[in-house]
Amino acid sequence: MNRPPFQQLLDAHGADLHRFCLAQTGPHHGPDCFQDAVLAALRAYPELTDSRNLRGWLFTIAHHKVLDHHRATARRPAPVPEVPERASSDGPPLAHELWAAVGRLPEKQRGAIALRYLGDLPYAEIGAVLGCSDAAARQNVRAGLAALRQEAPAR
Amino acid sequence: MTSSLDDALRGAPTDPAADLAVALARADAEGLVDVAYSSTDSPIGPLLVAVTPAGLVRLAFEREDDDGVLQELADRIGPRVLERPAGLDEVRRELDEYFEGRRDHFELPLDWRLSSGFRRTVLETLHAAVDYGHTVSYLELATMVGNPKASRAVGTAMATNPIPIVVPCHRVLRTGGRLGGYGGGLPAKAALLELEARDQPLF
Repeated sequence: MNRPPFQQLLDAHGADLHRFCLAQTGPHHGPDCFQDAVLAALRAYPELTDSRNLRGWLFTIAHHKVLDHHRATARRPAPVPEVPERASSDGPPLAHELWAAVGRLPEKQRGAIALRYLGDLPYAEIGAVLGCSDAAARQNVRAGLAALRQEAPAR
Repeated sequence: MTSSLDDALRGAPTDPAADLAVALARADAEGLVDVAYSSTDSPIGPLLVAVTPAGLVRLAFEREDDDGVLQELADRIGPRVLERPAGLDEVRRELDEYFEGRRDHFELPLDWRLSSGFRRTVLETLHAAVDYGHTVSYLELATMVGNPKASRAVGTAMATNPIPIVVPCHRVLRTGGRLGGYGGGLPAKAALLELEARDQPLF
């Protein structure tokens, strides 16, 4: 079984993985979430037996780190506001606002939209990550988009 | 459909470099890196250098395909092969000093695990016994390892040397002084011999 050097995974998917974590957990927690995902992938990589879909594997790990983060936040007695403290210059404000809105969607819709638009994964893989059928994955994306449009009807 | 919404979703910002650096520093601290590598410039062209926690494990010339070299490291040592320039400062410093003529032996720890059996014996003997500025023939080296009939196998050991320059296979010549072969190409072999001959005559 030939696993490529881990650096190849980082070169090919690292930026997308980072975007995926930051968009869903915000500029404050996003870096930790991303780092935890990279570390978890490094720990697991030597034991990985199926290297056919490394991108899907990485996004599955990152998705779980995002879920961990959201569950920890939900348990916290005084939740930290999702909005970034500093009006960030590292991206169009539209994307920040929009992803803050994605963060308020139900868990499956949020995950499905992030995996679809930032992970660029096919619906079958999104279903595999979320533990549902590809039809259900597609439905979650659709429902999430409808909710986002409702929130900002201008788009 | 609403392509503007699609584009905005895809337009989430990212700047992974700093966060990745923190993640990889944590990976170093946890011992999660099997092989750290980097490229370094030299007078005989870019060199790829790779270290494990045990020491320098691989040095490759530009003419060897980097992707192939890295895949081999992943297959034979471990798949967590990462570009970590900071972890290779010591190797690069010694190589720079060598190429500037300020260093006649390397102090780096070596990880020999890519060589085994007879080839490893030959390379270890070469490393220990043939000093800067000196050369031996394939036959002489075969004799040094106690097997004068094995000069062809010695040639194979040289051709498969995973740590050239530091394990000085460039100091092994044909009987009579002709260059023989070299993984980095004969001009590189000639340049290394010339560098080492600056202070002391070859013959």
